[in-house]
Amino acid sequence: MEKGMNLTLIVWRQKDAKSKGSFATYAARAVNPDMSFLEMLDVVNDDLIQRGEEPIAFDSDCREGICGSCSCVINGVPHGGQKATTACQLHMRMFKDGDTITIEPWRASAFPIVKDLVVDRSAFDRIIQAGGFVSVRTGGAPDGNAILVPKEDCDLAMDAAQCIGCGACVAACKNASAMLFVSAKVSHLGLLPQGQPERDRRVLNMVAQMDAEGFGSCTVTGSCEAVCPKEITLDNISRMNGDYAVAMVKGK
Amino acid sequence: MKLDSKIPSGPLGQKWDKHKFDLKLVSPANKRKFEVIVVGSGLAGSSAAATLAELGYSVKSFCYQDSPRRAHSIAAQGGINGAKNYQNDGDSVQRLFYDTIKGGDFRAREANVHRLAQTSVSIIDQCVAQGVPFAREYGGLLDNRSFGGAQVSRTFYARGQTGQQLLLGAYSALSRQIGLGTVKMYPRTEMLDLVVVDGHAKGIVVRDLVTGEVSSHAADAVVLATGGYGPVFYLSTNAIGCNVTATFRAFKKGAAFANPCYTQIHPTCIPVSGDHQSKLTLMSESLRNDGRVWVPKRKEDCSKSPSSIPDADRDYILERKYPSFGNLAPRDIASRAAKEACDEGRGVGPSGYGVYLDFAEAINRLGASKIRERYNNLFDMYERITGENAYQQPMRIYPAVHYTMGGLWVDYNLMSNLPGLFVLGEANFSDHGANRLGASALMQGLADGYFILPYTIGHYFASSKQARPKVDHAEFRKVEEEVSARTQRILAIKGKKAPRSFHRELGKLMWENCGMARSKQSLEANLKLIPELREEFWKNVNVTGEGSDLNQTLERAGRVADFLEFGELLSLDALTREESCGGHFRVEHQEEGECKRDDANFAHVAAWEFQGEGKAPLRHTEPLVYEEVHMSTRSYK
Ligand SMILES: Cc1cc2nc3c(=O)[nH]c(=O)nc-3n(C[C@H](O)[C@H](O)[C@H](O)COP(=O)(O)OP(=O)(O)OC[C@H]3O[C@@H](n4cnc5c(N)ncnc54)[C@H](O)[C@@H]3O)c2cc1C
Ligand code: SF4
Ligand code: FES
Repeated sequence: MEKGMNLTLIVWRQKDAKSKGSFATYAARAVNPDMSFLEMLDVVNDDLIQRGEEPIAFDSDCREGICGSCSCVINGVPHGGQKATTACQLHMRMFKDGDTITIEPWRASAFPIVKDLVVDRSAFDRIIQAGGFVSVRTGGAPDGNAILVPKEDCDLAMDAAQCIGCGACVAACKNASAMLFVSAKVSHLGLLPQGQPERDRRVLNMVAQMDAEGFGSCTVTGSCEAVCPKEITLDNISRMNGDYAVAMVKGK
Repeated sequence: MKLDSKIPSGPLGQKWDKHKFDLKLVSPANKRKFEVIVVGSGLAGSSAAATLAELGYSVKSFCYQDSPRRAHSIAAQGGINGAKNYQNDGDSVQRLFYDTIKGGDFRAREANVHRLAQTSVSIIDQCVAQGVPFAREYGGLLDNRSFGGAQVSRTFYARGQTGQQLLLGAYSALSRQIGLGTVKMYPRTEMLDLVVVDGHAKGIVVRDLVTGEVSSHAADAVVLATGGYGPVFYLSTNAIGCNVTATFRAFKKGAAFANPCYTQIHPTCIPVSGDHQSKLTLMSESLRNDGRVWVPKRKEDCSKSPSSIPDADRDYILERKYPSFGNLAPRDIASRAAKEACDEGRGVGPSGYGVYLDFAEAINRLGASKIRERYNNLFDMYERITGENAYQQPMRIYPAVHYTMGGLWVDYNLMSNLPGLFVLGEANFSDHGANRLGASALMQGLADGYFILPYTIGHYFASSKQARPKVDHAEFRKVEEEVSARTQRILAIKGKKAPRSFHRELGKLMWENCGMARSKQSLEANLKLIPELREEFWKNVNVTGEGSDLNQTLERAGRVADFLEFGELLSLDALTREESCGGHFRVEHQEEGECKRDDANFAHVAAWEFQGEGKAPLRHTEPLVYEEVHMSTRSYK
């Protein structure tokens, strides 16, 4: 076998939502620099299983940075700190032999811990259910080219639409605010002609749901933008604040 | 078992319209009374659940991820086909239909494919209306790109994230219905069995992945949109959780499984870097527009730096073998050429299983900035994974399992041979024959969910009049007990090997013996080795923890157990199909290295019927009758 790196992992272990969690220390030996971070955890887990211990629970599915499942804080930074990179796309060549790595779940009261590194992000789904859509029934849509969209608007909408709903922005924020996530959807639809009829209702309903879920308020520290694997920018938050103000005024 | 495809009579172009008129309807007031279970929240499942709820049905939707938005469809990159002819380049429904039939190597059902091409047009409109940000031209019109196997530009795309944007569109429609209370969503819930009452599919048994609780859900119809079974090969471009469990359990309850041996291997994926590898990453097909595939002519050169190998010593394999299509030869053909070169010992990279995809010439011709504009996100992804910069040195690529054309057998109404069981998207077998063309899977998933099932399911309700059982019906109790007993059995083994290790071993057998090249000998080896591995699994797998909480090892073990049975069925199907077609390449049946079809004996769908544990399944056939298309030999030389 290749020699590889030897690492020390300090990992948050928590049996379920009700139990109290604590850190446990594991050795990761002969880590191949070509492994992804989650593959490194797979190997550690296989080792734990071999020894009859319970492996570390963590979410992942696509493992190519698009599904938004993976969610761990690595050395204090959601997704580990490589620019525009999810935890599943982080590779071990970013670490050195002998490193100690701390791994924790997202921490936010609106994302209760389910087990170990797995959290419950259903609050995000409920925010979308409150208004993150265009109300069109299947069938009866006009021809695709009947709705003209200037390329610039479409590109901006696409920048915002790339959000993968991972929740890193919430985990990075000291207030656990969900503004970056919510503003990405509000911007995506608000920038397109299709989103105009419901623009006011959408922002009011989504913000109301966000507040009801217990996310904190935004004090524009920018920590969300810094960790966002899809490079969603703070401009979206300004755009949403503008929309919200307009909708409030119109509502009165 | 009778396989009645229920293809409507009349001219091909009019079948669907005629059929829609002939289908019985359920009145608006009555729709509410019908409950539908939709398993899967990918493009097929989300679009179906949302549309059925809009129509007034009561819907329950299930997925194993923590949110429906994370279904595997999210990962699709390249685009979705639609016969809009916006480019005025001669596209039409007829042409998309023909390209798809030919691409599938004349092994798909003609009427289904024609309907798919017809509906493709409405899909684009629907997605645009939802706010899907498809790429636009400066004038505000929709942009298109071209894709493998077609000579027109009919592919709509949203950067390299078309699947994501389409799925988020369907997810938003689904979310709207969940908000309205017409769909009840069950995330982190895995379907572990189908419940059949009086011959009709009437419910499912599921396990709550967080609490471990096993429970039953009854309905008037069950829709499976659970995706493909690529990970039977262990390594594939699919998400880690993709599985055959839902469709395979349905098979064991009587649903026929069609053409399991039709699997697609994509030529441009990042090569395997070691045993730790958990999945493979696709590099979009679009790269072959500008990249040239080559290997050294001499084995001795394989370990040299590629830039030190002069042009004269390079073998541009696709350009040499397929001068007219060159680097844009279809997927199955390009994959086999790469394998052949590596098998000759001319592969590159640490494992020897890789070929170069070289952009040097395109960079010289167009400039690095043009290449960056076209492919930057892919080059970045490549660098994150391999640590290599593809602007400075050629990419290394190798084929990987990507898509599965086989699936549960369905008739023209997308209903399986089990009445009340509908199957959509990659989980069914219907539209791609023996090889799928790029950008056609997204199209099929959405056609099934938005525009076909919502019509055909009503006809079933209106004509079958089969009462919905209650969940305390004896059959539900029985299946729940079976499911729990199986979980307990797996947990009790406490052997020595992690489930992943069995999965990896199965994957090796499937890839070596039933991958890009299959022979009687290799397939017979699988039919012997897979049952041995399965036996070992049931004696020696180690699943830690309990069944009463979140237990990812248990989830994986359950899926691997099904793959260990299904891999055998797949190999058997491959052994029985004594011809080569599309992605199914039998070394005994070739002509100068190309697929040699046997239309006289194999122009049919093979659908397998479960006969009981330990018994050989029964092979049924549905003849493929071509009314309009003339079967010809695919040539890309
Ligand atoms: C990397 C990649 C790129 C691709 N690019 C393209 C492209 O550019 N164009 C194109 O047309 N196609 C592309 N494809 C193919 C295409 O993405 C898929 O075929 C398609 O998205 C499948 O959709 P689906 O709805 O059938 O299933 P999926 O999206 O796979 O969804 C399956 C659903 O079923 C659920 N599920 C599965 N099993 C269970 C169970 N037992 N219990 C409960 N729920 C379950 C899952 O939770 C999920 O919600 C690509 C595929 C890959 C892997
Ligand atoms: S805004 Fe960025 S960090 Fe927040 S959920 Fe979306 S992708 Fe994740
Ligand atoms: S596992 Fe899908 S984004 Fe990381």
